[in-house]
Amino acid sequence: MSQSQISEAQLARHTWQRSRKRKSTLTAAISTIAFAAVAWFALVSSPGWSRVKASFFDWPTLVQSFPQVLDGLWLNLRVLVFASISVLIVAMVLALLTTLRNPVLTPLRLLAKGYIDLFRGTPLIIVLYLVGFGIPGLRIEAFGRIPPEVLGTVALTLTYSAYVAEVFRAGIESVHPSQRLAARSLGLSYGQSIRLVVLPQAIRKVAPALMNDFVALQKDVGLISVLGAVDAVRAAQIQVAHFANFTPYILAGLFFVVLAIPTVRLTDWLAVRMSKREQMGTAL
Amino acid sequence: MTEIDWSKPRLLAKNIRKSFEGRQVLKGVDLEVYPGQIVALLGSSGSGKSTMLRCLNLVEELEDGQIWLDGDEISRPGVNEDEVRANVGLVFQSFNLFAHLSILENVKLALKVVQKKEDREASEIAKNWLERIGLGDKANQFPDKLSGGQQQRTAIVRAVALNPKLLLLDEVTSALDPELVGEVLELIRDLKVSGTTIVMATHELAFAREVADWVIFLDQGVIAEEGEAAEFFSNPKTDRAKEFLSRFK
Repeated sequence: MSQSQISEAQLARHTWQRSRKRKSTLTAAISTIAFAAVAWFALVSSPGWSRVKASFFDWPTLVQSFPQVLDGLWLNLRVLVFASISVLIVAMVLALLTTLRNPVLTPLRLLAKGYIDLFRGTPLIIVLYLVGFGIPGLRIEAFGRIPPEVLGTVALTLTYSAYVAEVFRAGIESVHPSQRLAARSLGLSYGQSIRLVVLPQAIRKVAPALMNDFVALQKDVGLISVLGAVDAVRAAQIQVAHFANFTPYILAGLFFVVLAIPTVRLTDWLAVRMSKREQMGTAL
Repeated sequence: MTEIDWSKPRLLAKNIRKSFEGRQVLKGVDLEVYPGQIVALLGSSGSGKSTMLRCLNLVEELEDGQIWLDGDEISRPGVNEDEVRANVGLVFQSFNLFAHLSILENVKLALKVVQKKEDREASEIAKNWLERIGLGDKANQFPDKLSGGQQQRTAIVRAVALNPKLLLLDEVTSALDPELVGEVLELIRDLKVSGTTIVMATHELAFAREVADWVIFLDQGVIAEEGEAAEFFSNPKTDRAKEFLSRFK
């Protein structure tokens, strides 16, 4: 028998697997359609549906408010870029401070740990209020009038740095100490062994978790609207007041979803690729 | 074969002591190694072999004692420890190749950042070494794609490429499948021929007998017996050494 020939037993296994797969696909499709139909029917048959439809899904309002809301989204994007960069920098400093074993740096380590505890526990909206209204309240002449989007970026950085620092710390601690030992034994300094051996491996390991936090930040940039920055959410709010119709909120929401989809897909892809690398050759 | 230069020791260690959490692992060990010499550190697990090697590379802080490398005291306060470590290669039982770098980059890393060599020069040195151990065609592979034997040979070459004055091998074959041990031992033979000075902790007694010039038998943190390799294996003096050798027969 040649190697390419498939045995009877394997053929039977294939047929069985195929039929089982067909069956589960069919079940899944039918139950999804049934559920969607029930949900749709419940929605449209509710007594207030026609009113909700008119005030949330009004096409002319959507078209007319589109330019303003899109304009606002541009501000969100800029805040997102600046906040992400500063979060990565601050979080890395915090993570390095919390993982250093040098006794000289104990006060700094405690400070960093305290910071992380404080800002992980405080709701973002509170931080936004404190920074957004507190810092201008200090009336420091040198700052002049700080635009609300800048204050919002500062507040987002303060909060997200605490989360991301924990992600980085987990990554650093997941790199086996023997890697650092090997680096030191070759003559690399402490800093070099961290920078060239530990961090590259740590960041790779936590990339999916980092992306997750990035997706969360993408949505939370909308919260700077509470400080009066005219971002997508605030612009939508203005349009809602103007048209006496809620459709602009739906529009702003859609913008954020569209913004998030590429990142979410990228995160999934990264996670799958990494788990494949880690569990090669298993059936489950 | 290069001759051993007996004029002055490459490495001199006096009264090395080390404890972990109150347990004394090394209780005053002396060591003398001459250029071109291969010294085998023997002893059962926990006798202090690994700790001794780590102390010599300064990755472990001494509790007491002094170490000289080519006459310079490397245990004195304020010594540049990173520089010393680059001059005293240490290879581990568990290879410890950098998982995020290709084997070529593994060998290049310290050449570039410690010895400040240009990228091209570092590449050339690293490639030459990988060629020499028959891994030239795998230079761009990552460690997890290589067999244990290939990884360990890369790890040895990573240390040797820095041209260290002394190479410390810490049970480099203990984590390998039996059929992969041979290729690593072959590399060590090759290094002996080119005159590398080596201190190796090992359980490969037949191999130690073949390549080592001097044997140090550690027992519970002290040197129980030492001597010429041939003499030690054929005619051990102490009961502990006799018992140890009989267990491997």
